[in-house]
Amino acid sequence: MGNSERILLRNGRIIDPLNGLDQKGDLLIDNGKIEAINFQGYLETPENCQQIDLNGKWLTAGLIDMHVHLREPGEEYKETIESGTWAAAAGGFTSVCCMPNTRPVNDSEAVTSLILDKARNCPARVYPVGAISKNSLGESLAPFGEMKEAGVVAFSDDGHPVGSSLLMRRALEYGANYDALIISHAEESSLSANGAMNEGPLSTGMGLRGIPSVAESIMVYRDIALAEYLNRPIHLAHISTREAIDLIRRAKDRGVRVTAETAPHYFSLTEEAVAEYDTNAKMNPPLRNIRDREAVRAALRDGTLDAIASDHAPHSSLEKNLEFEEAANGIIGLETAVPLTLNLVRADILTPLRMVELMSLNPSRILKVGSGGRLEAGGVADLTVIDPDLEFTYQQSMMVSKSRNSPFLGWKMKGKAVMTIMDGKIRFSEPESTLN
Amino acid sequence: MFTQTPNNDYQFRHRHILTVADLSADDVSFILGTAQSFKEISSRPIKKVPTLRGKTIINLFFEPSTRTRLSFELAGKRMSGDTFNISASSSSTVKGETLVDTVKNLNAMNPDVIIIRHSRSGTPLLASRHTKAAVINAGDGCHEHPSQALLDLMTVQEKKGTIAGLKVAIIGDIGHSRVAHSNILGFNKMGADVHVSGPATFMPWGVESLGATVCYTIEEAVKDADVIIALRIQKERQFDSLIPSWREYAHFFGINEKTLTLAKPDVIIMHPGPINRGIELDSDLADGHRSVILDQVTNGVAVRMALLYLVMGGEG
Repeated sequence: MGNSERILLRNGRIIDPLNGLDQKGDLLIDNGKIEAINFQGYLETPENCQQIDLNGKWLTAGLIDMHVHLREPGEEYKETIESGTWAAAAGGFTSVCCMPNTRPVNDSEAVTSLILDKARNCPARVYPVGAISKNSLGESLAPFGEMKEAGVVAFSDDGHPVGSSLLMRRALEYGANYDALIISHAEESSLSANGAMNEGPLSTGMGLRGIPSVAESIMVYRDIALAEYLNRPIHLAHISTREAIDLIRRAKDRGVRVTAETAPHYFSLTEEAVAEYDTNAKMNPPLRNIRDREAVRAALRDGTLDAIASDHAPHSSLEKNLEFEEAANGIIGLETAVPLTLNLVRADILTPLRMVELMSLNPSRILKVGSGGRLEAGGVADLTVIDPDLEFTYQQSMMVSKSRNSPFLGWKMKGKAVMTIMDGKIRFSEPESTLN
Repeated sequence: MFTQTPNNDYQFRHRHILTVADLSADDVSFILGTAQSFKEISSRPIKKVPTLRGKTIINLFFEPSTRTRLSFELAGKRMSGDTFNISASSSSTVKGETLVDTVKNLNAMNPDVIIIRHSRSGTPLLASRHTKAAVINAGDGCHEHPSQALLDLMTVQEKKGTIAGLKVAIIGDIGHSRVAHSNILGFNKMGADVHVSGPATFMPWGVESLGATVCYTIEEAVKDADVIIALRIQKERQFDSLIPSWREYAHFFGINEKTLTLAKPDVIIMHPGPINRGIELDSDLADGHRSVILDQVTNGVAVRMALLYLVMGGEG
């Protein structure tokens, strides 16, 4: 690990979906900026320059996770902005968007400023998402303008679906004044109330109240209908069902300004993961069935889904070592998103270019943050190095997040972010212990 | 009568009794055979054998229960076990102690068996991961109630001589009933043909996958039935928009003389109790000659004696 001003990354496989480039090259970083990229030959080594031979490892624009929970302020025993951004760096992310369901809720300039203050010297960029409604109660609009000025990049009542269609309409309308993107947690709560897992034969067998897929798709349809009617953009968070994907695909076909993300667990797992009442696989929306999982994979491939976001949701054993129905929803995901997505690359569902598009370029475009995926001289040096072949077993001892709630513990993984550079500085590089 | 004993190299291998789903047909036959041999103890003048002397049995009930708790307690006491009852609030947050902590504390006192009833599905499994004691599920949420299903199977086998090939109709709130869930699995496992009926709002998603045929009319379900099991209708269900009223339920799904004319002449009527007389079951029928409801209660003690004995390794 070094923090010299100049870093020359040699022999990278530079993957740049913006320009459709996937080829070997060198990249020179100087003073936080990309100084030069050379695909043809060999960049000369300037003085006082740290040289790193990437040996053909992937070099991409810094990954952006557009959906995480950093828990600060209010639940620092689960995660802090500092610990969460270290987890981000360890997972290859140079930027994260933190959802507003903190305590207090981020529905004001004050909370936004507090978050940005705390994030100042952290190893990843933090882009706060403000609440749509005051206290995320779904009753009246939060002050979009004030929060936008303070630095939020989007608005969402994530975790608390906006039940009132009128309020969602108002949010989309009012957002126009502030170029405010609305991110919808699409869930029809009257259908999902008290549900603990996906509704199906398995929930019946386990005696658990199910959350039907239509709880998601009904609200996705409402959100699309409003966005279309008002001609406003909307982003749909953590899409998990085949039905919702069909709706998004058709909406995009007719030009609705809708974008959508899914999370690695929805393309990696099915509801079977909760069969032993494993609370580390309990989340909302819940893990669905195999047809949903296949639909998510296909939608990532064909462009119906625009982004992969981890929905990193740290919880301690206080919330998880409980009766299944009492346990909190959510799993951590920053450190497993890259290896899990690489599984799709190896399965020929995604190309490396498409993977980087889903994890860097598209989030940057949707949120209008960061470098816009640009890898070119003069651009900000936010970069991620991925070793697609590094094999490791995901264990507690390597977790950087403060929390441990992952259903992937013990999984054999292949591929990992091995170096994360934010603002021209190396924030994370893979420790020897994993490399061995 | 109990000739379906498993083959010679059969061994009962279950450390816990958490679900009927975990039990094989051989296990069920073996448990019923064991229960039958214990049944006689409860009719002796001195109702006690020394089988579980020195064994500690804790009834950990997070939900109110009279019958099941007493049945387990009697089962333990008649086998000379030391039984203790703990009634706890079902919400860990209200109680201020988590379920896991409660179980760990009990475990530290070295009990041999912990019998758990809890409003949340899967809780006995969770408990079993935190204690060395054998865990018996006395009903968990909408999941399973294995001892009830076993006592129902025992009662049917006693009355009919066999279970295989019988038509069993279960009527009522299937989705919220752990009794129905365990019975569908148990009767199916033993070769019966299980039909369920009730308002469609009471049918859990994909109930067919448990091994039941869904009938939208009670007539279809009870036609030629050998066994009818009526389930208790919970009062609060009419407020969940599941049924408009008790009255309408009783009119369309209540079991009465007229319904019974469709069943086999020697049909038996069962109910896990407590009965809402006149709602799910006509009051006279509950007391009539076809009702085996009190036999179920008697067999409950025998089945629970068998379970305690078997999880203790079948030694005495």
